[in-house]
Amino acid sequence: MEQLLGILLGGFAAGMVLFIVSVGLSVTMGLMGFVNLAHGGFAMLGGYAIVLSMKHWGLPFFPALALGFVAVAALSVVLERLLYARLYRASELDQVLFTIGLVFVMIASVTLAIGPETQTLALPQWLRGQTDLGIIKYRTYSLAMIVAGCVLVVVLWLGFERTRYGARIRAAVDNRRMAQSLGVDVGRLFTAAFAIGSGLAAVGGGLGAEILGLDPQYPLRYLVYFLIVVAVGGLGRVNGVFVAALLIGVLDFVFKIHFPKGGTLFIYALTLVLLLWRPHGLFGKRAG
Amino acid sequence: MSAAATRNPAALELAQRHRFRWWETLPWLAGIAAFFAFPNYLAFGSQLLIMILFALSLDLVLGYAGIVTLGHAAFFGAGAYTVGMLAQHAGWTEPLSGLVAAAIVAGAIGLASGLVVLRTHGLTLLMLTLCTMALLEEAANMASHYTGGFDGMPGLKFAPLLGWFAFDPLYFRSQYVYTLLVLFACFVLVRVLVYSPFGQSLTGIRENLLRMHAVGAPVRARLVIAYGVSAALAGVAGGLFTQTNAFVNLSALGLERAAGVLIVLILGGYGRLYGAFVGALVYLLLEHTLAKAYPTAWQIGVGLMLIVVALYARNGIIGIGDALLRRKGGAR
Repeated sequence: MEQLLGILLGGFAAGMVLFIVSVGLSVTMGLMGFVNLAHGGFAMLGGYAIVLSMKHWGLPFFPALALGFVAVAALSVVLERLLYARLYRASELDQVLFTIGLVFVMIASVTLAIGPETQTLALPQWLRGQTDLGIIKYRTYSLAMIVAGCVLVVVLWLGFERTRYGARIRAAVDNRRMAQSLGVDVGRLFTAAFAIGSGLAAVGGGLGAEILGLDPQYPLRYLVYFLIVVAVGGLGRVNGVFVAALLIGVLDFVFKIHFPKGGTLFIYALTLVLLLWRPHGLFGKRAG
Repeated sequence: MSAAATRNPAALELAQRHRFRWWETLPWLAGIAAFFAFPNYLAFGSQLLIMILFALSLDLVLGYAGIVTLGHAAFFGAGAYTVGMLAQHAGWTEPLSGLVAAAIVAGAIGLASGLVVLRTHGLTLLMLTLCTMALLEEAANMASHYTGGFDGMPGLKFAPLLGWFAFDPLYFRSQYVYTLLVLFACFVLVRVLVYSPFGQSLTGIRENLLRMHAVGAPVRARLVIAYGVSAALAGVAGGLFTQTNAFVNLSALGLERAAGVLIVLILGGYGRLYGAFVGALVYLLLEHTLAKAYPTAWQIGVGLMLIVVALYARNGIIGIGDALLRRKGGAR
């Protein structure tokens, strides 16, 4: 029982990190159909901004998170307006090439400027050690991760379901041309969603540094995971990404404990089967 | 040829486009000349030829059939491991039949995965090709008893070619000639294929899927067959890789290799027969001279190159050449 709970909590914590990083990717892909393989790069840059600003400037934890969010969101707006915007009507192949190129530049720049070694997040005192949950004691940090993910999903859900802005995004994901003809400025909507999504990825990169690690190869190592979460969850579906991230997080955790060698095999196989069964993901719209 | 076709220049060009042109001998003459001119670089030359073959196989699906795949290294790896495992465990070290086996195994995996994967398109298709490759990579990692796991299989031995030409990594000359001949045979096959009605229908599917359905073309079957043929060719490239290097490891199956071949093809120009040649030559030469000395700067360079190609030069180096020629022709 305790063991089971421990596994579940560990999996949930990893899943929450995946969720925080991937949710922006899902929304932007759903909105514009843009295959953005550079999303993990924003997470990495944010993670570095957060970790290094705490280490070198002595910023406290939350201001560092805010700094990471703002810095990466700003950078993503610049990139979106200057480069991404030119490729909205281009073929998938061009988008894939462009974003792979961007990832390479990000990885190499970070390697050059900071170095190839792994960065560690200096946790504030209250996040260290263990917390007694009554049934079991568990890492405070992992528990905080789960709480953060839950808070985020509630906030995002409210934003999507209860605000005018969210309604516009949902409308544009479901039928972009119809939304446009009703006067929704999808371009601006997209820029805003892109900025928020990249900012969230940045926060996820920093928060998750203790679980996923943080080094220049981060965007490529987890690229497949982020894409799996988005594809399985369904494009532009916050609830879908949440469920898919938890599913992948828990399964990955379980498989890695029980089959330390090649445990990811099951994740890939499962994704393959799931996508063949429902090509648009668990929560995606049925027919394209 | 009908009378109308002989009179209309456009129709004439269309009817004759599969004809052999004189400049098509140039790459092969260069390949033969390189054998005599650069005797010290023949090992590099063999790897270049293998890269050309791999990129050519990708061109068939990506350039002609328009299937965007991120997992083409799956078939390269399948061929590489087939040859390696046959040599290691079955003592099957004859090179030519080893390549045939590689083509059959990789082609079978291509057909099987194509049957399933090609029912989807867009992001889902991209993900499924990626997952297929990741699945094979994990399988090769797990079955370490057969594949050597993470370390792969180093120090493989291969029998002399045709029982005559010794074949160690020390015999660069026979390796180079052998690779060149295999590439030529595969190239002829691809050339025949893309100018055949089959190849034309692939281009049609790429350009307008709905219309091809409407005229009654068996779209799925065509795509799956193209995928299978391309996989078999990639398998041959993988088999050559194992034979010439005398080892195989997980790098044959990874995302890095899949991305690398994509970059090569895009750089040269996809959807055209000689893009793979130009792309592989330029990319490998740059890599050979720059990557060892400045690996990080090289990665930035590759990244910028990809961004520029995606934004400004969608047809690669050959496309730029074409555009320059056309401009010159127009000015005259």
